[in-house]
Amino acid sequence: MTSRERILGRIREALRVRAPVPGHAADDAAATMGEGSAEIRQWLPRVGATWEQQRDLFAQNSAALKTEFKQVSDAAAASAEIQGLAEAGHWRLVAAHRTPLLEEILARVEVETLWMGAGPVTDDLEICNAGVTTCEALVAQTGSVLVTSLGSGGRALSVLPPHHLVIARREQLVPDLPAAFALLREKYGDRFPSMISFITGPSRTGDIERILVLGAHGPKRLTVLLC
Amino acid sequence: MSTTASHFKRSATQYCHDADHRQRIRTALTGYEVKRDENKSRFQSWEDARQTAAEIKHEVINHLDRYLELFERNLKARGVQVHWASDAREACECIVRIARDNSVRRIIKSKSMTSEEIHLNAALEKEGFDVFESDLGEFIVQLRNEPPYHLVFPSMHLTRHQISETFTEKLGAERVSEPEQLTLIARRVMRQKFCKADMGVSGVNFGVAETGMISVTENEGNARLTTSLPRIHVALMGIEKLVRRMDDLALFLPMLATAGAGQALTCYNTLFGAARLPGEPDGPGQMHVVLLDNGRTAVLADAEQRDSLHCIRCGACLNVCPIFRNVGGHSYGTVYGGPIGSVITPNLRGMQDWKHLSFASSLCGACTEACPVKIDLAHHLLQNRRKAVKARPPFFEGLLWSGFAHLMRQPALYRLGAKVGRLLQPLHGLVQGSVLDPARGWTQSRETPRIARRSFTDWWKETHR
Amino acid sequence: MNVTLFIPCFIDQCYPQVGISVVRILEKLGHTVEYPTEQTCCGQPAFNSGAWDQARVTARQALKVFRGAEIIVTPSGSCGAMMKVFYPDLFQGTPAHKEACRLAGKVWEFSSFLVNKLGVTDLGSRFEGRVTFHDGCHSIREMHVRREPRELLQHVRGLELVEMSPADTCCGFGGTFSVKFPMISTAMGEQKCAAIDQTGVDTVVSLDSSCLMHIQGLFDRQGKRMRSLHLAEVLATGL
Repeated sequence: MTSRERILGRIREALRVRAPVPGHAADDAAATMGEGSAEIRQWLPRVGATWEQQRDLFAQNSAALKTEFKQVSDAAAASAEIQGLAEAGHWRLVAAHRTPLLEEILARVEVETLWMGAGPVTDDLEICNAGVTTCEALVAQTGSVLVTSLGSGGRALSVLPPHHLVIARREQLVPDLPAAFALLREKYGDRFPSMISFITGPSRTGDIERILVLGAHGPKRLTVLLC
Repeated sequence: MSTTASHFKRSATQYCHDADHRQRIRTALTGYEVKRDENKSRFQSWEDARQTAAEIKHEVINHLDRYLELFERNLKARGVQVHWASDAREACECIVRIARDNSVRRIIKSKSMTSEEIHLNAALEKEGFDVFESDLGEFIVQLRNEPPYHLVFPSMHLTRHQISETFTEKLGAERVSEPEQLTLIARRVMRQKFCKADMGVSGVNFGVAETGMISVTENEGNARLTTSLPRIHVALMGIEKLVRRMDDLALFLPMLATAGAGQALTCYNTLFGAARLPGEPDGPGQMHVVLLDNGRTAVLADAEQRDSLHCIRCGACLNVCPIFRNVGGHSYGTVYGGPIGSVITPNLRGMQDWKHLSFASSLCGACTEACPVKIDLAHHLLQNRRKAVKARPPFFEGLLWSGFAHLMRQPALYRLGAKVGRLLQPLHGLVQGSVLDPARGWTQSRETPRIARRSFTDWWKETHR
Repeated sequence: MNVTLFIPCFIDQCYPQVGISVVRILEKLGHTVEYPTEQTCCGQPAFNSGAWDQARVTARQALKVFRGAEIIVTPSGSCGAMMKVFYPDLFQGTPAHKEACRLAGKVWEFSSFLVNKLGVTDLGSRFEGRVTFHDGCHSIREMHVRREPRELLQHVRGLELVEMSPADTCCGFGGTFSVKFPMISTAMGEQKCAAIDQTGVDTVVSLDSSCLMHIQGLFDRQGKRMRSLHLAEVLATGL
């Protein structure tokens, strides 16, 4: 008998005795896979209904998380923002993944761009001043940036360089976590990217005397430009 | 007394007299309490959220075979290799085999209490692999050869000066005093390790059955790097860690962060469902998931204590536990400390060796109140005590309780006993505090109440006949 | 109303004034108080020590004594919780289970009984002084009584309630825990005493005489002046 069979056998044997359902409600049939996430949503932190309210909430959460959030009028304005950051930080090289929007924006920025392709990139990414990515969504409720390995230039780009810069479009702002998951389902069906990551503020640690330090292993700075 | 019990008593006594330790832990947790309450109040209903979370875990745990099979099927469909391990030895052997088959030399790990549970580092090091913990707190305690102090905050017992000393001694780093500088030292050291590692080992916070994904929660980005740079990703997971579907995480991720660390959401919550897929620029070439039993099915078999498997390892019960805050994380002598550790350790590792943890509680219930999935930890401690006594009745204490029971079921005898007690009480002063004092456990630090000259019952009889 | 009293054994023997105060208050409110003198202990010490068989022997005495009671009131959150919350667990799977559940349904903690059953918050008591209030763990977490004693105290003339921080952390008593693990129990108790001390009051009030016994024992050993009173004793003052 394999370990798999042994473990599953022990589980089946154990479950012959039913355990009481915690608290009230929910017999066997009530809590099954068919249910939606409507119930979950009603307990979570409240989110306003309009786009403006959601943007304001995202901005408020960003401030608390120490994410640098800015709404810009268009792609050209985004370029100008990045140019400003590059000059202030004396950037020499940024890394990005190829999308028409990022190509357009970075073309106007006077910093060399390393475009993600196939093949190992760790050493190259190590010397970049920033990683520039698009995202799948911004989550107003939590101030999170949703990236995936397929949609945002792989896994390392958004976590290895010391500064992560996210370009988001207006229609990518979603109200809450259930909406973010719904969006992923809609976009990918059951062909999900290998990695899906909710990034909520720049990398941090409190492991030394519970004092907050940014930039533990990941980026010390997270900038979100909404255009 | 078992060696584990005498270790506990010795260590607890030491820590209970350590005012500095107490103050350090209190300072560390004060900010947490404020933030936790703030974030709880942002929920439209924290209580309903708890109930829903408890019901979801109940559903999964009570159909665990189905959900595990679904989980496995979905992972395999995307090329992930799934391994099953009955116990710690099997799990370690499995991970060693994966490393050996792929000519791995260096292994980087992100935080995983399950890997602590199976002593994975020791097993890998014994086979000649270099193993590095990448979580800052874990990295610090690894350098000091200590186990993690707390499920979520492994190095919360250390001061910045102690950490700096460790870095100087073990890394040759210069002495610094700011947490920011210390973090930077660790970041630099670890970055080199990340870039050279062949295999990354992560834990799992949640397994998503419906889509076949694992979810990893972290603040530092080290788990992201662990799963991005090395060519192999191995995830080690207790079989109880499942949720039904992705959407359940909309509830569990913020609850985990709020209850455990007082955060609205942890910095990185990442789902992994495969190794690098076509069209993706980077990522590991292989992904493995190791499913660990190691006593969990035995807990499952006890319907009364089954819900202790609902635990999401947030650490909230440790944070609020006055026992934990006084005896410290290292006194427990086991990987899972605090109330949840006192509940599950005797059931996972042997009741007789670990029952003292279930008795070392005032049963105050702060843990029960704090648990985001509503595990009634205080009641589980009572269940453990009952099991321990049933399995091996303590001789003298058994006699004591039998005597007590017989006294208490005969009111006349009880009243007589009380009268005798009152008459004898003045004599107690003669031995108080000495080895002859039967109440020494009490009288060493506390005065004893006087038995009243006239009991309530006597008063009642005199006034209400 | 016909009220049957359950006076926990150590209150009976060491703190009779608590029971007497309860009787005075209930009688002043015009209720008929009954006290079956055959009652002894609820069985909690044995139960908490894992000795459920012996706890059942003790608890059966309580089932017998209180069989005919309509309403059982007890000035203890802890012993009250034993009957109300734990008796059904203790007798699970035994012939007495139904009776244990019936009994559990009739049990009231004293302050909760006044506020929630009788709707009384102002007894007309007068107590001169500043006091702080200690929440017993079983009172708040098993009996869910937190607001009621404060409401009652706020209506006592002359009394100023100064909250300690935190009021709801365990005092470290925990029954047999206090003698099995005296170092932990004492450390917890010392922190509780420090929290009480910080309020600057000279009296600590609680619903649980067991907590107060622990707190008083520690203060006395430290040689500090602190008075501990059960809520009933405070409320009975000036009646």
